[in-house]
Amino acid sequence: MTFDRTRLGFIALVAAGLVAPYLIYPVFLMKGLCFALFACAFNLLLGYTGLLSFGHAAFFGSAAYLSGHVIKELGVPPEVGILIGTLLGLGLGLIFGSLAIRRQGIYFAMITLALAQMVFFLCLQIKETGGEDGLQGIPRGRLFGAIDLSDTLTMYYFVLAVFLIGFFFIYRVVHSPFGQVLKAIRENEPRAISLGYDTDRFKLIAFVLSAGLSGLAGATKALVFQLASLTDVHWQMSGEVVLMALVGGVGTIYGPLAGAFIIVTMQNYLSGFGSWVTIIMGCVFVACVLLFRKGVVGELSGLLTRR
Amino acid sequence: MFKFKVVAAALAGAASAWLAPSAIAQSGKMSDGVVKIGVQTDLSGIYSDLAGQGSVLAAKMAAEDFGGKVNGVPIEVIAGDTQNKPDVASNMARRWFDEDKVDMIVDLPGSAAALAAVKVAKEKNRIAMVSSGGTTRLTNEDCTDRTVHWAYDTYALANGTARAVTQQGGDTWFFITPDYAFGHSMEKDASEAIKAAGGKVLGSVRHPFPGSDFSTYLLQAQSSGAKVIGLANAASDMMTTIKQANEFGISPKQRLASMIVMITDIHAMGLKTAQGLLSTDGFYWDLNDETRAWSKRFFERHKRMPTMIQAGVYSATLHYLKSIKAAGTDEAGAVMAKIKATPVNDFFAKNGKVRADGRMVHDMLLTQVKSPAESKYPWDYYKVLKVIPGDQAYMPVSKSVCPLNKK
Amino acid sequence: MFEWLGISQQALFGQLLVGLINGAFYATLSLGLAVIFGLLNIVNFAHGAQYMMGAFVAWMGLNYLGIDYWWSLILAPLAVGLVGILLELTLLRRLYKLDHLYGLLLTFGLALIIEGGFRQAYGISGERYDIPEALNGAFNLGFMFLPKYRGWVVAASLIVCLLTWLVIERTKLGAYLRAGTENPKLLQAFGVNVPVMVTLTYGLGAALAAFGGVLAAPIFQVNAVMGSNILIIVFAVVVIGGLGSIIGSIVTGIALGLIEGLTKVFYPEGSSVVIFVIMAIVLIVRPAGLFGKEK
Repeated sequence: MTFDRTRLGFIALVAAGLVAPYLIYPVFLMKGLCFALFACAFNLLLGYTGLLSFGHAAFFGSAAYLSGHVIKELGVPPEVGILIGTLLGLGLGLIFGSLAIRRQGIYFAMITLALAQMVFFLCLQIKETGGEDGLQGIPRGRLFGAIDLSDTLTMYYFVLAVFLIGFFFIYRVVHSPFGQVLKAIRENEPRAISLGYDTDRFKLIAFVLSAGLSGLAGATKALVFQLASLTDVHWQMSGEVVLMALVGGVGTIYGPLAGAFIIVTMQNYLSGFGSWVTIIMGCVFVACVLLFRKGVVGELSGLLTRR
Repeated sequence: MFKFKVVAAALAGAASAWLAPSAIAQSGKMSDGVVKIGVQTDLSGIYSDLAGQGSVLAAKMAAEDFGGKVNGVPIEVIAGDTQNKPDVASNMARRWFDEDKVDMIVDLPGSAAALAAVKVAKEKNRIAMVSSGGTTRLTNEDCTDRTVHWAYDTYALANGTARAVTQQGGDTWFFITPDYAFGHSMEKDASEAIKAAGGKVLGSVRHPFPGSDFSTYLLQAQSSGAKVIGLANAASDMMTTIKQANEFGISPKQRLASMIVMITDIHAMGLKTAQGLLSTDGFYWDLNDETRAWSKRFFERHKRMPTMIQAGVYSATLHYLKSIKAAGTDEAGAVMAKIKATPVNDFFAKNGKVRADGRMVHDMLLTQVKSPAESKYPWDYYKVLKVIPGDQAYMPVSKSVCPLNKK
Repeated sequence: MFEWLGISQQALFGQLLVGLINGAFYATLSLGLAVIFGLLNIVNFAHGAQYMMGAFVAWMGLNYLGIDYWWSLILAPLAVGLVGILLELTLLRRLYKLDHLYGLLLTFGLALIIEGGFRQAYGISGERYDIPEALNGAFNLGFMFLPKYRGWVVAASLIVCLLTWLVIERTKLGAYLRAGTENPKLLQAFGVNVPVMVTLTYGLGAALAAFGGVLAAPIFQVNAVMGSNILIIVFAVVVIGGLGSIIGSIVTGIALGLIEGLTKVFYPEGSSVVIFVIMAIVLIVRPAGLFGKEK
């Protein structure tokens, strides 16, 4: 029963992804997908491990810079560039993780924030990042040396593929025995320890995976918009991804996807209203915390199962 | 209180423009039956007072003054907030060109955002008219044949102020510069002008952006003994620096010269704080009858006098519409040819000329902020010390690296 | 006179003094944050917005009602404290049973709303607030001119910090507060009305932020984002000092002001990041901060 429903959900997701660019503006969809992947990666940590990181922009942004740099300056093909960005995310995740993983709650959030601010500072100081002008005009190049990505639709399907790979990977991780241990840690860490699990090790692996996937999202975004900028590493980006996960539903598999699209839509279509966007965002935040703590997807599925 | 109403009214205007269905009219060489002007501006961030809703209004006024129609099709103005972020700007430009049939984007605050947006305009064969963004890269290494740079650039401001102040005897300088590319290039341009005029730069300090307290840097400037303290920071950072220079008794003993000041900054600081400040501006509302007439119309609707950027948006938009009329089409290449062929003559610029690299060359003003006693009526803020002819103010073609100049 | 790394002794004294001024300022701001965290277990992200409101209330008082600086110093914190109490009663109260991350997220949302509102109403450039007549001018200290107003800021901040500390450590009310931090249920059982105490504490924290805002108004431009620019530094101060530790935030505030001041002299570009470097190191070595107790 549940198995069928999950499978149905996946088929619907893939089908929607394939048809979407004919109905909705593809560049907007690509932006949404990149952020959705980022939010899903973040959710792997917050939703399934219970760790709130306030420094995820560091992985997202530095991967965007590095992959942009190697593609633009060294002329590597796009898939290799994205891979390098992802590796950077993994590496940084390992460093951040091993420094922060023993701390909990607010201390964990603060230490990740502090480390991310250092990465931001580095990105500001290094010449290769182009300061506040960012890295601009990153060529999209040819995928595997054959497929021309400068065409919007081709690029869209590439981004969709990247997103789906990341998404299924996260799904597999969450539903593996490893994922079950993570949930046990989230619910009751002392108990997990007493059962003999080296919880720090599990948390660290989850952190590194989350960082690597954030890097993948960042690198893909750099290729889509052909630029990487300080916005991507700024702490506000870390805040934004928290918002996406929260609005969509922390700890649900589709939640961050929905949350990312809601936020990106608001940013896109409310942009003529200036300061009101900030106020609206604030209201959404407050409403989520007070009324829909499970997020849009969480509340919806709650309604469905109650029936 | 009253400001709130105005902003609300402007917002309602922006919203109705946003929601209005595009009229379907047919005209031979006019694409989509509408000329759409997209004002990409900063509606919420640090440039929202010097550009922002005022820029949107300026573009609307230009459309209205032109009669609301060009070559038989209606003119529409839409607005969007780039938050000064390059990714938002490029994404918005792309969506506007692809989906909303926008023909021209104007304003573009924040150099990074401007650079990102002009690249998209070039790719999609549309025109970008930059009024807010200041970097000289727009008409140098990143120049395109679809970009026009209207109101000012960092070279004109830094060069104008630095040279004039040095010639007046302010020949030793200390710079307070924000640690980002925009600030660095301002400091560099100003330093070259100072050296060329026989002055000396004694030192500089680079502060993180945005900064909060500037007293440390001011004390360093003080102990350097320089006659002039050059401020390469902008908006609220600059205002705080000037305020604190007064507080620590550093000005008026050492003179302050700001590389980039808008009249809205002076208004926010007040004359008591800002008096004596030297800077270069592209426009002053109280210069002559023509500028006063337009600015008063603007003031009626915005409740603030226009900055050079807002006036520049009006002037650029009007010139664009005139060029469409002259070309008889809204095809970007043909319009651009007319833009460059026709001299700019309105209240903003006299005999302004758009160069091959896209730089609109017009006269600049060296200004000094009046003291409270000298100011006779609201917004009476500047003494115009000197008119700097356009060909002296802007970077000469010989120094430009833009390939479009080499035809 | 000797020179140290190219900086004269005089200049160094000057810079240290400036650092001390900023430090005193950080201390006042982080104090309110620490008090709130101590009792409510909420990281008050709206603290920057409350600081900004303090400055704006002072400005509005002066320009709409003719209330001068000295009255504002009392009235603005009262007004903002009242707003804080309302927020606590209507919104924050609902979250105490949940993970305290929700408190952080809620106050973050509130901060966005408040800042957006002020930006919409007053624009980004903000308004100016002049130094009160009595504090115009400067003292000549030999090695630098100390503006009288800055001297007053240091004195006022230190007095407020000291008073708050005395109230919390030396009075019965303070004893209840500390007991409430340790074990609210037990305190309730002793007949103390804990919910009212919590409400008042949040009001006090907000009022302290507003007091800092009024002090800051004549030094900085009064604008909507003045709070969010400083908030992240103040946060770091509280975390380094040890969340909830009163004395920790005071001492750390001043110390970080000095360190930041020195960084501005020797490596100005790095002055924004130095606090985070210290925060990371402290949290790695001493997880609960310098003065905090691990719970």
